[in-house]
Amino acid sequence: MDRPIRVLIAKPGLDGHDRGAKVIARALRDAGMEVIYTGIQQTPQMIVEAALQEDVDVIGLSILSGAHMTLLPRVMELLREHDMHDVLVVAGGIISDEDAQVLKDQHGIAEVYGPGASTHEIVRFIQERCRTRT
Amino acid sequence: MDLAQALLSGNRRALAQALTLVETGGPQARALLGSLFAHTGRAHIIGVTGAPGTGKSTLVAALAAHWRRTGRTVGIIAVDPTSPFTRGAILGDRIRMRALSGDPGTFIRSMASRGRLGGIARATGDAVALLDAAGFDIILVETVGAGQGEVEIAATAHTTIVIETPGAGDDVQAIKAGILEIADLLVVNKADREGADQTVRHLRTMLSLSDLPADGWTPPVLTAVATRSEGIESIVAAAEQHLVYLRESGRFVGREQERAEHELRLILQETVLERVRARVPVSDWETLVAQIASRMIDPYAAADQLLDRMMA
Repeated sequence: MDRPIRVLIAKPGLDGHDRGAKVIARALRDAGMEVIYTGIQQTPQMIVEAALQEDVDVIGLSILSGAHMTLLPRVMELLREHDMHDVLVVAGGIISDEDAQVLKDQHGIAEVYGPGASTHEIVRFIQERCRTRT
Repeated sequence: MDLAQALLSGNRRALAQALTLVETGGPQARALLGSLFAHTGRAHIIGVTGAPGTGKSTLVAALAAHWRRTGRTVGIIAVDPTSPFTRGAILGDRIRMRALSGDPGTFIRSMASRGRLGGIARATGDAVALLDAAGFDIILVETVGAGQGEVEIAATAHTTIVIETPGAGDDVQAIKAGILEIADLLVVNKADREGADQTVRHLRTMLSLSDLPADGWTPPVLTAVATRSEGIESIVAAAEQHLVYLRESGRFVGREQERAEHELRLILQETVLERVRARVPVSDWETLVAQIASRMIDPYAAADQLLDRMMA
């Protein structure tokens, strides 16, 4: 049956800049998605716990602090521990191309967006990847 | 193991998936709720409502933390509005509930209202039933930011807490019909702000003007500063007293019957509509709709026509 795509938007780590995350949350809302916004300074444990309780299809992680190579793989590890293989994870923030490649190839992050990414692009990516879900 | 069994055995992922299922609705959801119904009826269901920005989420988090310290488990359903234009929603109540994370004795679920106007979602009652079956002692339901008409929570909860803040309207607002009438507990939150005493006085005056039965429950007017967890203990005590009152006065049975009737009505409305839609070809439905729009038939006659077809 037709149901809205549910997305968790979270900011792992210690930086407090959540304007970008809010812009994305708003764009996803306008695209008809239900966006659970958890706010800043989330630990990987908090993020995965919230994703589990909210039964989301997608997790969007916004990170500007530079700690992405420790925090994002930890989120992916916890998701695997909870058998949540079907959750699509995308990341956004200041992440170098090399790091992005490692996050995608070795850790299973579906896509990484930099500061110039358009919200349309992100919305379309999520819609396309969620279309095939059960 | 099937979903119902997994939920009953305390599997949180199963509970989360069951919540998604009842939100979506349909025959599978109904079968699940049917099989779990015998396991419901144990929780104290508490509604928390009030205007946007009165501090509902913060208060819910503080109440939950207090109950957790006394060893009770707490399920939370937090409802936020769905956009009428895009069907999308921002569900932001978890922001104020971060202190509860990492605790296996709590479970928080955000819910979009999905077009329902009474302050909660169509499936909120079903979601409460799932948390109840999963064994949570206390279930807190936070409504969307309510105005004067979002009173449906009172038909879902045993105890309804209405939150006001200082300086929100005069004493005539307080005697209008609506949200204040459904309060079993009134809480003036942000009570460290100017005007709190006056708001408390207005609410007490309003209550003294209403026709409460002499042997009945007089809603207490309490104060709180939820961000500092002040006043939480007396709210918890009053909510528990209210449940004792319902039980000892025999009104609990009455509330349960009201809840049951409300549920039955909603389910019937939905089921009848679904069955009509399943039986009537889409083209016939569209023709009728067009005929009503062009004033060839009135909507009451059209509805009768469809129901007659069901009976035939």
